[in-house]
Amino acid sequence: MSATLFVVQVLNGLQLGILLFLVAAGLTLVFGVMDFINLAHGVQYMLGAYLAVTFYWLTGSVFASVALTLPASLLLGLALEVVVFRHLYERHHLEQVLATFGVILFLNQGVKIVWGAAPLNMPAPDLLSGSIPLMEGLRYPVYRFAIMAAGLAVAALLYVCVTSTRVGMLVRAGATNAPMVSALGVDIKQLFMLVFGCGAMLAGFAGAMVVPILSVEPGMGDQILILAFVVIVIGGIGSIRGAFIAALLVGVIDTLGRSFATDALRLFLGPSTARIIGPALASMAIYLLMAVVLAVRPAGLFPTRGHA
Amino acid sequence: MPLAVRTVIDAAAHGLRALTFDQRMAGGLFLLLALLPPLSPVLGGGYLLLIGERAMVLGLAAISLELLIGAGGMVSFGHAAFLGIGAYGAGIAASHGLGTLSVALPAALAASALFALATGAIAVRTRGVYFIMITLAFGQMAFFVATSLAPYGGDDGLSWPGRTLVFGTRLLEGRTTFFYVTLLLTVAAYVLVSRLIGSRFGRVLRGLTDSETRMQAIGFAPYPFRLTAYVIAGTLCGLAGFLIGNHAEFVSPAYMHWTRSGELIVMVLLGGTGTVYGPIIGALAFVLLEEILSRLTEHWKAILGPLLVLVVLFARGGLAGGIEAWRRRKLTPAQLLASLERRARETTAGAGHRAAQIAATSGRLARETATRVGAVWRAWRVVLHHWLGALVLSAKRGAAGARPWATALGRRLESLVQSAERGIAAAVDRWRRR
Repeated sequence: MSATLFVVQVLNGLQLGILLFLVAAGLTLVFGVMDFINLAHGVQYMLGAYLAVTFYWLTGSVFASVALTLPASLLLGLALEVVVFRHLYERHHLEQVLATFGVILFLNQGVKIVWGAAPLNMPAPDLLSGSIPLMEGLRYPVYRFAIMAAGLAVAALLYVCVTSTRVGMLVRAGATNAPMVSALGVDIKQLFMLVFGCGAMLAGFAGAMVVPILSVEPGMGDQILILAFVVIVIGGIGSIRGAFIAALLVGVIDTLGRSFATDALRLFLGPSTARIIGPALASMAIYLLMAVVLAVRPAGLFPTRGHA
Repeated sequence: MPLAVRTVIDAAAHGLRALTFDQRMAGGLFLLLALLPPLSPVLGGGYLLLIGERAMVLGLAAISLELLIGAGGMVSFGHAAFLGIGAYGAGIAASHGLGTLSVALPAALAASALFALATGAIAVRTRGVYFIMITLAFGQMAFFVATSLAPYGGDDGLSWPGRTLVFGTRLLEGRTTFFYVTLLLTVAAYVLVSRLIGSRFGRVLRGLTDSETRMQAIGFAPYPFRLTAYVIAGTLCGLAGFLIGNHAEFVSPAYMHWTRSGELIVMVLLGGTGTVYGPIIGALAFVLLEEILSRLTEHWKAILGPLLVLVVLFARGGLAGGIEAWRRRKLTPAQLLASLERRARETTAGAGHRAAQIAATSGRLARETATRVGAVWRAWRVVLHHWLGALVLSAKRGAAGARPWATALGRRLESLVQSAERGIAAAVDRWRRR
């Protein structure tokens, strides 16, 4: 457990956390404003990744492909909203879970039909390839820094939009009490569409950005969906700030757990026991965190008033 | 003789009348299932029995979930964990040579009951969405523990040495016997859950779902009732896990994957929540659908997905809801067709209208954005203009103001020099006069 490895893993954890935040932000907004459980949010992240690969094939440039992915995932999100999701806002959570589960099944399989089941890849752009030395014997890939920078920029933009624009004010008001906002003469349907489209676009953006460091395959959205749910539940549903802090927490704890749990346990237990328990504990760490948070604060770390 | 027959028929009719509609439907279903083994040689052989067993086991799991969803209002998204824990409990016992009914079954039930107690103690404190999410998290935890159980197969799963021994005999190995054992246990679970829902306990539970505040006001604490329901449901689902492990003689972490929990919810809703026979019909329908669609195409999930969406959008109440409506003659097939057609027409008309609306809105938005951007630019231009102007002006003023200051400085320097000169000259003069 050297210091260099530790620093690298903390950076990896932060990077995972920022990606998680991009996915979780849309989820928590959709959830907070519309009270709608969107299991299909992870699929939108997956679609973003597939779109990015496709646009890369078409244009040959990573920047162009990301630039094209954003409006494309926005359109896809809006299409899903119009066709399926807007009919579910009034329904019971159970029915929302079922319908969006159906959407997951369809889109996961649809992606397999269109792009095949084999994993796809896209290289990092030349401008952002290579690595920079951080300290003695430690180089870190530029692209991962780029992901962090882009993610933080989007987070900052989102923060400004939510805290100091008129639309942001409506979104916050909607998260606290949607019927009241509607009663005050705001076209809540348009607001919902806007929020949903933005959420889909953020998820698509996250999907497009991970393509150079992950392989693109059907079902890649399911894993991040569960993580994103853990994030928004820890952070408090509907709270952007909570999602940001919880995302970083979850990212760092998950990454550190996976790299160091076995070694740490070896200090207390025998090596063979540690080798069995370590990975299990590492995979469970974030769920344990969530269980502890919910046991202490049943509405998450930063509860919004409407859902407290 | 005819008299005897009539007596039997009368008694049967009398018995039937005493049953509720739910019980009659369930009885009919169970009767059909019981006829499956004798009919199976005609209908397609042993394969049909395997499908039937699977459907019944999943039906048993779905009944236990119905106790949570229908009566308790608790949507558990991690119910498949109990399926896996039951199967692992019995399978691990069997792999140590303890695969007898007296050890394996209690192990399966105790393991799932303990897990339900431990996780339920935390989960039941939360409500609504948080409950859905926390049960999902616990399900995932169980899944990851199973994948890291290296001594018991880890990711690859654990093959059982054989089915559970019943008092030292290989009773469960017989295909027909196992089918009937599964049927018997499913019937028992049905009776247990419908009795529970009808009992005082079940009424309190349903009351808590309707209005927690009112139930508390008349003196019922929600927590113990909900936790008890959660433990009972978990243990029942552990029994289903024991059966499915015996059915496949195998258990793997895939049994606990969150999509399996989703499928259990699908079964309950497809069948229709609020009834106890609904989940059984739902499980049967789901397994049949899976079989039929997977024969049609390998991409059967692409058909199942939209089907689920349609069920949610158009068939509220699931299959049981449809049966109920039909029974009350609310809906003849012709009416059903007419209403579907009307709905389709409304949807298409609505879609066109909406498209026009969206186009208009986006056009307006674009125009508004353009004017807003223009206004911002104009405002900034004024600001910039002022700012730049002020800057230039102050620079000019500075230059102009600097000139007199420089001359004054020069004059002062000059006078300083002059006075110094005068001083020096005077000093020189004085020194000469000496």
